Amino acid sequence: MSQATQTETTEGTGRIDSVSGPVVTAVDLDARMNDVVYVGDEGLMGEVIEIEGDVTTIQVYEETSGLGPGEPVENTGEPLTVDLGPGMLDAIYDGVQRPLDVLESKMDSAFLDRGVDAPGIDLDEKWEFSPTVEAGDTVEPADIVGTVPETVTIEHKVMVPPDFEGGVVESTKEGNFTVTDPVVTLENGEEVTMRQEWPVRQKRPASNKRTPRTPLVSGQRVLDGLFPIAKGGTAAIPGPFGSGKTVTQHSLAKFADADIIIYVGCGERGNEMTEVIEDFPELEDPKNGNPLMARTSLIANTSNMPVAARESCVYTGITIAEYYRDMGYDVALMADSTSRWAEAMREISSRLEEMPGEEGYPAYLAARLAQFYERAGYFENVNGTEGSVSVIGAVSPPGGDFSEPVTQNTLRIVKTFWALDADLAERRHFPSINWDESYSLYRDQLDPWFKENVAEDWPERRQWAVDTLDEESELQEIVQLVGEDALPEDQRLVLEVARYLREGYLQQNAFNPTDMYCPPEETYAILRTIQVYNDEAFDALDAGVPIEDITDIDAAPRLNRIATQEDWESYVEDLREEIREQLRSLY
Amino acid sequence: MKEYKTITEVSGPLVYAEVDEPIGYDEMVEIETPSGDTKRGQILESEDGLVAIQVFEGTTGIDRNASVRFLGETLKMPVTEDLLGRVLDGSGQPIDGGPEIVPDERQDIVGAAINPYSREYPEEFIQTGVSGIDGMNTLVRGQKLPIFSSSGLPHNELALQVARQATVPEEAAEEGDEASEFAVIFGAMGITQEEANEFMEDFERTGALERSVVFMNLADDPAVERTVTPRMALTTAEYLAFEKDYHVLVILTDMTNYCEALREIGAAREEVPGRRGYPGYMYTDLAQLYERAGRIKGEEGSVTQLPILTMPGDDETHPIPDLTGYITEGQIMMDNALNSKGIEPPINVSGSLSRLMDDGIGEGLTRADHADVKDQLFAAYAEGKDLRDLVNIVGREALSELDNKYLDFADRFEDEFVDQGFDTERSIDETIEIGWDLLSMIPKAELNRIDEEMIEEHYREETPAADDEESAEELSAD
Ligand SMILES: Nc1ncnc2c1ncn2[C@@H]1O[C@H](COP(=O)(O)OP(=O)(O)OP(=O)(O)O)[C@@H](O)[C@H]1O
Ligand SMILES: [Mg+2]
Repeated sequence: MSQATQTETTEGTGRIDSVSGPVVTAVDLDARMNDVVYVGDEGLMGEVIEIEGDVTTIQVYEETSGLGPGEPVENTGEPLTVDLGPGMLDAIYDGVQRPLDVLESKMDSAFLDRGVDAPGIDLDEKWEFSPTVEAGDTVEPADIVGTVPETVTIEHKVMVPPDFEGGVVESTKEGNFTVTDPVVTLENGEEVTMRQEWPVRQKRPASNKRTPRTPLVSGQRVLDGLFPIAKGGTAAIPGPFGSGKTVTQHSLAKFADADIIIYVGCGERGNEMTEVIEDFPELEDPKNGNPLMARTSLIANTSNMPVAARESCVYTGITIAEYYRDMGYDVALMADSTSRWAEAMREISSRLEEMPGEEGYPAYLAARLAQFYERAGYFENVNGTEGSVSVIGAVSPPGGDFSEPVTQNTLRIVKTFWALDADLAERRHFPSINWDESYSLYRDQLDPWFKENVAEDWPERRQWAVDTLDEESELQEIVQLVGEDALPEDQRLVLEVARYLREGYLQQNAFNPTDMYCPPEETYAILRTIQVYNDEAFDALDAGVPIEDITDIDAAPRLNRIATQEDWESYVEDLREEIREQLRSLY
Repeated sequence: MKEYKTITEVSGPLVYAEVDEPIGYDEMVEIETPSGDTKRGQILESEDGLVAIQVFEGTTGIDRNASVRFLGETLKMPVTEDLLGRVLDGSGQPIDGGPEIVPDERQDIVGAAINPYSREYPEEFIQTGVSGIDGMNTLVRGQKLPIFSSSGLPHNELALQVARQATVPEEAAEEGDEASEFAVIFGAMGITQEEANEFMEDFERTGALERSVVFMNLADDPAVERTVTPRMALTTAEYLAFEKDYHVLVILTDMTNYCEALREIGAAREEVPGRRGYPGYMYTDLAQLYERAGRIKGEEGSVTQLPILTMPGDDETHPIPDLTGYITEGQIMMDNALNSKGIEPPINVSGSLSRLMDDGIGEGLTRADHADVKDQLFAAYAEGKDLRDLVNIVGREALSELDNKYLDFADRFEDEFVDQGFDTERSIDETIEIGWDLLSMIPKAELNRIDEEMIEEHYREETPAADDEESAEELSAD
């Protein structure tokens, strides 16, 4: 059920039997699993999560203080759905798709009150519809029948709902309409509007899932360079508190080259959502210079908002993502944090007194996580377009210990693992992605793209970086015991080069206006320049130049400054030249 | 109001009673014991015919003959501007012998969540006068920044120093010091009488009490009451901030005692425990406290939180600091080793973090070179600390000249930058200048986190070394 349809709530009225936090039981309620119900005199929104004999258990999406036995419960007879249509971009929703700006004005307060409903998309706003079919054409479910300029960036495609029969178009309209006005009428009497509903817990149909072969370019060197994710891929970012999950998710939301971004703030901080709301309208989309909000939809169910709505917020997000995928767009969804979602499941499960599994999580934790990530992918859509949903989930393991159930179950599913490291974070090595532990299983299938679009030798350069960093960690173990000066000169040089890799290449400051976004060409150029230094320095060493003189050249420290240069191309060129000159002048 | 004598079970802090009318979840209850004591409680679970009540003042003295009254409303805090200057107990009753409090409003202590859309991003720099905070882990107005400490460390001294010194320099310049001062809400949960005295004496000595509201739940006060104390405090803070335009600083101490109380209630209810016996919902519960900080669009006032917690077993991964860290916007980490060295305040700056720092500093806010200097100080200090381990094994002689400089840097950083004493107040300018003094020990080329122009402007070309007369002369001739 979505708030837009004011379905008569007469299917079966029951009454509250007990209240315990967000979980309420009702008796005499005629309901099916997952039906949306209105609970109590204030009509708080809830969802049926268990039926046992005459007792129906409901999770309530709003605060339940003061709710008591005997109060009525009304069933809408419909499952939890979202409203799909123009207006979802540049919007901010709570976990059950109520627009937070509308709630603010309806409640006339900065604090969230209860029992206030608002449809996910504005029912009165008019949108300019242009048909792409004409009378006499035959359309099938999911086919695109027209377009709407939704934002400066995105053309919204109006589609025949999947549950329609389809057939011959009788008439089309053109001009400004509300989302409930019919814009295309079929001969069988079916009327297509700009709005659809879809139950959030059910994935939208697609024809085919394909192997993803295009990277979701993130503008983050360590990701694009070492651990790339594909468009349609899945990734997890686990890490202890303060290690950089949110900053990385924000950077992806800003700079990833997807068409659409769905950002789900699931049980995290209010200020982090505010930051997005304040920053995104002012930041430019690196693809086209438009405001970033024009491609973004936000779902904010912060830690202090009701737990049940936290449980549903990831589903709300992924359903919206699938809808844009159906239009043929590449969508990227960030969920921060999936652990809070899992905890919401755990909290509700324990109120239901279900048999707890590992660490109190319900036994179905793994299945729910898998179902969610399965909704990602590179798809051939029912209407013949191709689109993708990439999912990047933050994981917040208690005590930063990755052996816990949410991290472990997630790692079983996702193909990219960006392991954040408390030690690196404490040294302010950001993003604190541990290069030993992290991996991307997409690396090989994305190499052809990087070779074709960035540099033919992309994979070899990367391998060199990986090898150098590996060698560094081995050498570091020795250094810990005997000190660096005890190493032979060539090994000391490796350490020096690896340091530039870490500081000039892997580290990236998300708050520096230039450094925060690094196109893959620049990522490549930085790596290449460090390698130039490496090669020249080893030549000098072979020619007998003492290591101190080599590492002392004043061009070398500038390797760490490439990333903050606006004109990096000429900087890199000069720098390579200077490195050569300075080193060769030593012998 | 109907009275029930229907108590069926008393278990730990919980009382179960039968009822014949619907009772609302979370609503207030009064229980009168046969000896005439009145205790207050709250509905934890409401079923048709049966309720579970959590009693704040402990269940001692309650038996089947006690009478139960249901007040039909959730717990409220009577709020008024006149609360400033008052001392209350852990459930909001005055204990200072002052006049009766005439409330302006009675507000639900379970505050409603701030609509994320209505928030304003916090970015006004608060000068605490403490270099380890201002320079390295800057606090901004509307932030929640806990102090992670251990028993025996001077976290109270630090909290008091911050409460005393905190100003917003920008406003102080425009409107005078008074205008930029904070109203302080102090919520004590399970602290000792001695600690309480320490705070009260400081408040009285500095005259801070006038702009403070004190809530005291002491170690021998009922544990369950601790679950309402911070909510009372935060309700008062929100009222003063968002209805009376105050900038409020809330100090909550000790959050560890609060969490112990939660655990106790969970155990009494025979709930399935989460990690190390704490309730599975502790994250959500703590978030409902910590998220009551911030700024709101169109409102003058703000709520800044400085909760204090002592880490059991000095373990940062213990659920209390761990869940707190996952909710708050950074943490100030106190350190045993630094404390033993006599560093005051013993702040471990690298283990500390302020997540709202990046937007709160820089040109126009603090100084243009602040961010770069901070990054470089962090890097150099980390380098120096790493070398300390090594030097223990191989000795100083085996290290290069540069490494030795980093070692000296780390020592001086602790002695000169962090160690300032609890009575010294430093402006942000002083703090950053000390930063430059120290960074100038390191060769310029190493300062790769700082913009080259800034290095030109601030780097001290010659650092006077005490035993080197020549360079000292050069400097004075300069
Ligand atoms: N790429 C980066 N560049 C600069 N600073 C960073 C970067 N990543 C993280 N940081 C720093 O680390 C801090 C913590 O990062 P972040 O808030 O993303 O942590 P988190 O992993 O999301 O923590 P939590 O689990 O508590 O939400 C940031 O406030 C910022 O100071
Ligand atoms: Mg985060």
